[in-house]
Amino acid sequence: MVSLESFGLVGDAGAVSTTTAPLAEVAASNSTLRAFLHGLPGVDRVGADARAAMLSTRSIKTTAKKQAIDLAIRMVDLTTLEGADTPGKVKAMCAKAVHPDPTDSSVPSVAAVCVYPDLVATAVQALGGSGVKVASVATAFPSGRSSLDVKVADTALAVAAGASEIDMVIDRGAFLAGDYLTVFEQIAAVKAACGSAHLKVILETGELSTYDNVRRASWLAMIAGADFIKTSTGKVSPAATLPVTLVMLEAVRDFLRTAGRKVGVKPAGGIRTTKDAIKYLVLVNETAGPDWLDPDWFRLGASSLLNDLLMQRQKMATGRYAGPDYFTLD
Amino acid sequence: MFEYAPAPESRDIVDIKPSYGLFINGEWVEPLGEGRDKTVNPASEEVLAEVAVAGEADVDRAVQAARKAFTVWSAMPGSERAKYIFRIARIIQERARELAVLESLDNGKPIRESRDVDLPLVAAHFFYYAGWADKLSYAGFGPSPQPLGVAGQVIPWNFPLLMLAWKVAPALACGNTVVLKPAETTPLTALAFAEICRQADLPPGVVNIVTGAGSTGAAVVAHPDVDKVAFTGSTEVGRLIARSVAGSRKKVTLELGGKAANIVFEDAALDQAVEGIVNGIFFNQGHVCCAGSRLLVQESVAEELLDALKRRLSTLRLGDPLDKNTDIGAINSAAQLAKIRELSDAGEAEGAERWSPACPIPDKGFWFPPTVFTGVAQSHRIAREEIFGPVLSVLTFRTPAEAVEKANNTPYGLSAGVWTEKGSLMLWMASRLRAGVVWSNTFNKFDPTSPFGGYKESGYGREGGRHGLEAYLAV
Amino acid sequence: MSERLAVRKTYKLFIGGAFPRSESGRSYVVNSSKGEFLANASKASRKDAREAVAAARKAFPGWSAATAYNRGQILYRVAEMLEGRRSQFVAELVDADGVGVRKAGELVDAAVDRLVWYAGWSDKIGAIRGSANPVAGPYFNLSSTEPTGVVAVVAPEAGPLLGLVSVIAPVIVTGNTCVVVASERAPLPSITLAEVLATSDLPGGVVNILTGSAAEIAPWLAGHMDVNAIDLTGADAELAVTCEEAAAENLKRVLRPPSAKVDWLADPGTERMTAFLETKTVWHPIGT
Repeated sequence: MVSLESFGLVGDAGAVSTTTAPLAEVAASNSTLRAFLHGLPGVDRVGADARAAMLSTRSIKTTAKKQAIDLAIRMVDLTTLEGADTPGKVKAMCAKAVHPDPTDSSVPSVAAVCVYPDLVATAVQALGGSGVKVASVATAFPSGRSSLDVKVADTALAVAAGASEIDMVIDRGAFLAGDYLTVFEQIAAVKAACGSAHLKVILETGELSTYDNVRRASWLAMIAGADFIKTSTGKVSPAATLPVTLVMLEAVRDFLRTAGRKVGVKPAGGIRTTKDAIKYLVLVNETAGPDWLDPDWFRLGASSLLNDLLMQRQKMATGRYAGPDYFTLD
Repeated sequence: MFEYAPAPESRDIVDIKPSYGLFINGEWVEPLGEGRDKTVNPASEEVLAEVAVAGEADVDRAVQAARKAFTVWSAMPGSERAKYIFRIARIIQERARELAVLESLDNGKPIRESRDVDLPLVAAHFFYYAGWADKLSYAGFGPSPQPLGVAGQVIPWNFPLLMLAWKVAPALACGNTVVLKPAETTPLTALAFAEICRQADLPPGVVNIVTGAGSTGAAVVAHPDVDKVAFTGSTEVGRLIARSVAGSRKKVTLELGGKAANIVFEDAALDQAVEGIVNGIFFNQGHVCCAGSRLLVQESVAEELLDALKRRLSTLRLGDPLDKNTDIGAINSAAQLAKIRELSDAGEAEGAERWSPACPIPDKGFWFPPTVFTGVAQSHRIAREEIFGPVLSVLTFRTPAEAVEKANNTPYGLSAGVWTEKGSLMLWMASRLRAGVVWSNTFNKFDPTSPFGGYKESGYGREGGRHGLEAYLAV
Repeated sequence: MSERLAVRKTYKLFIGGAFPRSESGRSYVVNSSKGEFLANASKASRKDAREAVAAARKAFPGWSAATAYNRGQILYRVAEMLEGRRSQFVAELVDADGVGVRKAGELVDAAVDRLVWYAGWSDKIGAIRGSANPVAGPYFNLSSTEPTGVVAVVAPEAGPLLGLVSVIAPVIVTGNTCVVVASERAPLPSITLAEVLATSDLPGGVVNILTGSAAEIAPWLAGHMDVNAIDLTGADAELAVTCEEAAAENLKRVLRPPSAKVDWLADPGTERMTAFLETKTVWHPIGT
């Protein structure tokens, strides 16, 4: 494997506060990027799948389950990304984001709502000072098939409207064509357009197909300045899977160790049940480590998941199985 | 911090009798002698049951029963034998949860392993060989291959029910009858299997189970009316068996010790290699004959790999075998624990550097923390002798040729692991490693269709697959 | 004019492709079946056996790594060389075994044919003994045959040529190397066979032939920790037990003596090859 030292990437965790200087060398040209990304250790799919499957057998019960449910609620990016989205729909979702269960004030708020750029202002207004953040997809979501100018403008629009988090998509075509520098430059440009907003980079792992690509894309995004790496748009199947998230968690773990900067992870799409969510938390706990078990470093991009978490939470409190009629559908 | 609350599997689903007799000719009988032994839960040292110790006369009764049953069983159409074995497979599946708990109680292995590895493989083994029973003439051993007669089988304590399945399933499929002796520290699932034979209406005497220690095993092996000896266990005992059958017509298969090299090249898929190393040596507390107990890592990645390995080991969860989240269970016996300690101390004394993750050890029971020795030389005892415990010896190499040389530099030859993303290197290594099983980019995988067995002092004969039939046919 | 005095052959051992005398300096008288003096054969010692094992071990990596095609061609070449010396072997068999010329000719022909038969097995035994195993998971799983290593062979007392060829060929065709203890009573054809082997492109050390007392040498081979297997075909009951016990020390694969008299002219089957083959199973994940 390529030595990280040759790229000036090695440093004590925490000792390197900015990533730009050492990373500049890696991204000096497409060939240096390629050499670096292809020098990363490979990922054996069967082994990664087996590890994720083994971790998903962890049995999380009683107090641990209670703790996990509340943590999962706090990590949810409550999402609506439909052509039919309206201000009314977004406002309702925001209300739910702040008070997921109006009958139980002990239920925490979710981490953020995630909407299209044109609905950011509506969400910002609806959430007010609740502390729930507004994330916006941008950069010609979900395909990313547009010019860099449009992507930057799309980002700027969302930021100007008050989004504090931007979920961009990478140019999968460029990535698969081996044009890593283009992907890098686009991420860097969008990152610049974000200003103080946090940048989540969506890899669309379902289109990258191999775990080797997922690992490379993860590092590429992190080197280019991503604050979070995110699996999927939710528009492509497969969306988030446990093994893909495992590979991304390994990437952020190793990136912190080598580059000294901590990056978050967000699986999105297909996470529907409490059981699913807890599997992700176990994966985080035993891969990147408990330091990532915080909404600042791990998010779950989901919509229907929230109600299942609420139902399970109620079951644990009352001892009775819950029914969907008792939870709001917003 | 995310603390997993205890998630114990229910002990109540197993019904352990206070005392067990011998299973001979389809009946529970008391031993002729006074001998009684106790089997304990190694995680708590609690006595689980009292078990009969079969003497020579008891073994003789069992062999006679098997001989008598052989007439019936070998003459039965293969298709009928198959249905009995399928029945057994089904009953095992039906009772899998109970058997898994029983195995973990008696053996100390984590319930996750007995539930997800041992029991599924046990059922699969019976299913696989059941299907052979009426197809033996297509197996490549001639148009009408014949069974050998009475098979005397002696099995170890590390995979009690799985080793029973490896022995009993092919023996029955080929038309032999069986006298099986389980290990003295783990007899309970074999005794439960006797009940399963009754539930399946297996003709009396086809399977006989005699409990006891070494002398009972020796009596089974030495019995003049035993036609076939199958043994899994230590090379030391294997040698005694090979010597004792000299001059007889007994057919012998031996699956013995190992000191497998798990070889990691610099281009390996690092995270999966780490998992493979962990699975290779810490699966079943390292009580695995094919365990990857010698890690050979290419020097250029040794530091990076060891860092990752140590980080990973710090997440292993040692404790109650019945807790579904336990990764490392109890050492099977006080005697085995003493042996592991002795060799580990020798490793330290010889100058290797010892490391274990911070890992609380329960007060009662037999426990040993996952342990890694670095700076190990080929000459150290911990690099040569089988420890049969959760102890990994780490050595380095520079070139593929050196890796092969070091890997093969052992009297054993059971298994080996190779980790590289380069296909041609993998195949080059696989062809040069003198070992019966080569796992590349994986480790400790088993399947009833896949022949398993050793080179050199790891024994002879193969278990599993079409090859596994040969041990039980007159060919 | 007197009849020309024949130039006799000195019968020596065959070790590592060379023909040394026994290091012990010992020899023993070999008589014909009618009791007439034929030659002084070398009487191998345990040290000769040790040298032979070392030679066989040295030859093993190269021979086992040779392609099956190559090994088959070399065995076929042995057959060619044997055919070329047909009359010599016929004469030796008539002397050694007391058989008639016609019968001796049949035995030599059978020995040639046996070599040809085994030569053809070199690249086929793996196909019938190996397997692709349909495991229940995403793994490529292949079992293939590999030679056991160094095999000690106690050749049959009867059948000084056909019996000998029938025990050597199956051992080496699959890539093993061997140390053979020849028929004690009729050792001379074995050394003539060694001359055939030495001129057949067979690498030195693949076959090593010792003449002398099986009862004296075989136990040393059986107990030798660098011998992987032993064929006791020519051992009597007592020697076989002694050897099998000694072989247990390093878990040698043991081919016991046949329970009934062997008809060396019959179809030999594959047992003599498979007795000295290991099965190696290789697993590899299947994934993108």
